[in-house]
Amino acid sequence: MKEATIAAIATAPGEAGVGIVRISGEESLRILGEIFLPQRGRKIESEDNRRMVFGRVVDPNSLELVDEALAVYMVAPQTYTREDVVEIQCHGGVVAVKKVLHLCLQSGAELAGPGEFTKRAFLNGRFDLSQAEAVMELISAKTNASYQNSLKQLSGHLSAQVSGIRRNLLEVLANITVAIDFPENEAEAITVQRMKGFLESARTEVERLLSTAETGRILRDGVKTVILGKPNVGKSSLMNALLRENRAIVTEVPGTTRDTLEEYVNLHGVPLRLIDTAGIRETEDRIEKIGVERAVDWVERADLLVAVFDKSRQLEEEDHRVLALLSERKSIILLNKSDLKEIISREMMVKEVPNAMIIETSMATQQGLETFENAIKDLFFHGGVDLQHETVISNVRHKNLLQKTSASIGEALQAIEAGMPVDCFEVDVKDAWQSLGEISGDSVTEDVLDQVFSEFCIGK
Amino acid sequence: MQFGKQYDAGNYELVVIGAGHAGCEAALIGARMGMRTLLLTISLDSVAFMPCNPSIGGTGKGHLVREIDALGGEMGINIDETLIQSRMLNTSKGPAVFSLRAQADKQKYQNRMKQVIESQENLDLKQNEVIHIEIENGVVQGVLCKTGAYYHTNAAIMATGTYLGGKIFIGDMHYDGGPNEMRAAMYLTERLEANGIHFRRFKTGTPARVHSDTIDYSKMEIQHGDQPIVPFSFLTDSIEREQVPCYLAYTNLETHGIIKDNIGRSPLYTGAIQSTGPRYCPSIEDKVVRFADKERHQLFIEPESLGTKEMYVQGLSSSMPSEVYMAFLRSIPGLEKAEVMREAYAIEYDCIDPTDLKPSLERKDVSGLYFAGQVNGSSGYEEAAAQGLIAGINAVLQIKNEEALVLDRSEAYIGVLIDDLVTKGTNEPYRMMTSRCEYRLTLRQDNADLRLTRKGYEVGSVSGLRFERFVQKEEAIERELDRLKTIMVTPTEENNQKMVEIGSSALKTGLTFSQVLKRPECNYISLQVFDPERLELAAEITQQVEIQVKYEGYIQKQQRQIEQFKRLERKLLLETIPYQEIQGLRIEAQQKLAAMKPRSVGQASRISGVSPADINVLLVYLEQERRKKGQS
Repeated sequence: MKEATIAAIATAPGEAGVGIVRISGEESLRILGEIFLPQRGRKIESEDNRRMVFGRVVDPNSLELVDEALAVYMVAPQTYTREDVVEIQCHGGVVAVKKVLHLCLQSGAELAGPGEFTKRAFLNGRFDLSQAEAVMELISAKTNASYQNSLKQLSGHLSAQVSGIRRNLLEVLANITVAIDFPENEAEAITVQRMKGFLESARTEVERLLSTAETGRILRDGVKTVILGKPNVGKSSLMNALLRENRAIVTEVPGTTRDTLEEYVNLHGVPLRLIDTAGIRETEDRIEKIGVERAVDWVERADLLVAVFDKSRQLEEEDHRVLALLSERKSIILLNKSDLKEIISREMMVKEVPNAMIIETSMATQQGLETFENAIKDLFFHGGVDLQHETVISNVRHKNLLQKTSASIGEALQAIEAGMPVDCFEVDVKDAWQSLGEISGDSVTEDVLDQVFSEFCIGK
Repeated sequence: MQFGKQYDAGNYELVVIGAGHAGCEAALIGARMGMRTLLLTISLDSVAFMPCNPSIGGTGKGHLVREIDALGGEMGINIDETLIQSRMLNTSKGPAVFSLRAQADKQKYQNRMKQVIESQENLDLKQNEVIHIEIENGVVQGVLCKTGAYYHTNAAIMATGTYLGGKIFIGDMHYDGGPNEMRAAMYLTERLEANGIHFRRFKTGTPARVHSDTIDYSKMEIQHGDQPIVPFSFLTDSIEREQVPCYLAYTNLETHGIIKDNIGRSPLYTGAIQSTGPRYCPSIEDKVVRFADKERHQLFIEPESLGTKEMYVQGLSSSMPSEVYMAFLRSIPGLEKAEVMREAYAIEYDCIDPTDLKPSLERKDVSGLYFAGQVNGSSGYEEAAAQGLIAGINAVLQIKNEEALVLDRSEAYIGVLIDDLVTKGTNEPYRMMTSRCEYRLTLRQDNADLRLTRKGYEVGSVSGLRFERFVQKEEAIERELDRLKTIMVTPTEENNQKMVEIGSSALKTGLTFSQVLKRPECNYISLQVFDPERLELAAEITQQVEIQVKYEGYIQKQQRQIEQFKRLERKLLLETIPYQEIQGLRIEAQQKLAAMKPRSVGQASRISGVSPADINVLLVYLEQERRKKGQS
């Protein structure tokens, strides 16, 4: 059975200058030949490997012109999927690319499923599972930091670290083998102490990777930041001020549930996912709910609360409810409208929330904004992350597997401590070995592939 | 050689070729499962002969014997009846790797097995050499002996051991021959090759036998047997027998020097022996060369039988010329005056590539032709017996048109052994070892019956008597496990004092007896103070209960690993899958899979040359096929 040739639109939908249709598989060149007429007259052949050719996309049945386009044919295996690949660059927008794709399907290509190109690249041995996942993260990277991290994972950084840890575990398993196979032989008795050493250093490594997971999550999802405050304290101005300077490069991701009230902001490399409760209030106005009440839900899930108070007005009932939400949570208090006369002083706020971080701002004069931005960065990156040198765990699947690994190693060490025989703690070591292998795809389990590739977007 | 004129010698449902440890089990189980069975051997004096070490069991191998017994085989009972020393090895390392090992009285072992065979209903034992197996359209038709006797049969089991094409090497001397100066079977290989069955050459060896009166045991360490003796067979209640000791001796630098000086005279190094010997049972010259930095190697001096003064020198197998052998033998303290009665030798023989076999041990290309034992490239009596038993059972099941008994790697060491052979193949005589088994905590030697006897009963290899006894034991274990959960130990001052007295620590809260038993320092016997009303139970039951309670958590974790393993094992692969057309499979994997035709994804994943990435490709292929079928 031959693998079907697949095709999909590789660019995001919407108005754009260029749209790309990508084809992969043995039939790629034949399909291209049927629907694409090069300007120069001679059809694209394998000598044209990687050469961009200008021409017209034409419906082979009606000979109707569909679009003018550039086409490139890339010969396997030096391609993304390691199969023959064709890319047709036509005009952007919804109609042209869809028509070109339709012609490809008509000529025998099958519509690619989500992540199918990358899945083929993985199955054809171009990279391992964690690298394939990095591709997905790369596409959805919202900040430079997250992009850099994915790029490192793609180059095999994480895989290398995981196999390093696995080597430690393998050492333990090998020692166990020797210990049990040669009962009355001279084979040097491998002490349990030595195995313990290997296990402990494996656990340290796993824990070190895990300690980056929170940073990784923030790189991936952004700091979920909820802006709280009664009406007219300057929440929208704050939002606008942040957006004006730092609006994230990538915003709308089709198909994912995005609250329209969220905005992504890239703050010196720290992605902020701003949730404006002011917006919530407006939409819910008719049912007479005040924003603060509606915001409780959000507060529960937030990484950071930013409470805005009007420095020039007395604290009211609603302000106190906001303050009550802050306790025990990571939060920053903004005393806004510092350019107006002071009614609430910094000291008064300290009395209300003793450990709060308080910054005086004025959205009108932009005063305090920089202090605020730096405060957020310090709060989440403790002065900064070294993404050049550190591998950051940004994938939830990896994090879960590392947690399982750490737990299994912990149980093995406990068993050693309790004086259990080798064949008991060996079970735990094998569990740890298996979990680590699932990160890179070295341990084969039935469902992991579908699970991983179902999260991809179509066309990649 | 002038063969006798062919004549019709009758019909058998099953013919077993060779009466070594594989052949005996195969023939006995065939007859016991109701088949008219013929067992052919080159010499009636070599039935169940132990040409090498005078012992049964040991690490990994002990598990096999227990499993053979649990499935209705004879080896366990036979060694129980004839052992002269017994020890449980590895007791410091946890129950999973406990290994039972017994010194056999070789003469008695052989005699008793022969008597059992002679008395077995449905079974004929005959001395004759098979020179041809007739195969027509890929199906066995009959077996031809050199006397001309032709036996019609549709099921034959090849259990030829080291007799097939056997060649003996002692130093510079070599000649055609089987073990222990028996004749080799020199005609069958050629005829089978003509039928497309390919053979290759393996080698093994055995050390010298030394006269006991010429050994100075005062220079060696004495090693006594265990008391009480733990029987191999689940049918043996207890063994009351006087045991004889073994002795430990050590080689030294002088020994090694003599060997190194003469290494050029070993046929292993001169190139006279081209075949591969077992890595785990190497000759002394191999050990000295390979572990050059070791100053001494351990040797065991073991009695061959109460009926002889021949002593077996375990660890000193060699194919050096006699004069060299004598020189290094006598450099060992205690053996300075040793007189050799039988010389050490190496033997080279014909064996097949076991990947030509299905997991049932039937050939993939010939229906009704089974292979078992050393001819499959294994080494050891126990490995042979295990294969013989399974081949016998499966030949019968095939005759009865029933599904083959295939034990997987999570069910038995036998499953590991056969899966390794038929899936991975082997480049040297394959020896069972504990480490080859992934699920040791589950596959213990103590619970072989709990794992296998019911299965054996279902396929008909286990007698009603054995099964009844087994069910009673199983119930007794369940009852005791339940009972222990109902006994409470409260943290009273009195109880806590008792806890301290038995070497444990005070309880903080009340616990059940089972929970207390989980403490590593506690055991079933020492905790009797909290359980005064307990009934007297057999040791095999209380030990089973103790292990199951103590290691419950780990056993459960391993069960989850097994569940995961079984999921890939249950994903069956049709023989018609066009591996060579699956894109993404590397060429090597395509070729291996196409040649091996594994029965499941699990088996495929263990073929050497098939990587995890290939298995991922295969899984995706299967999923695509499944969806296609779902659509149509």
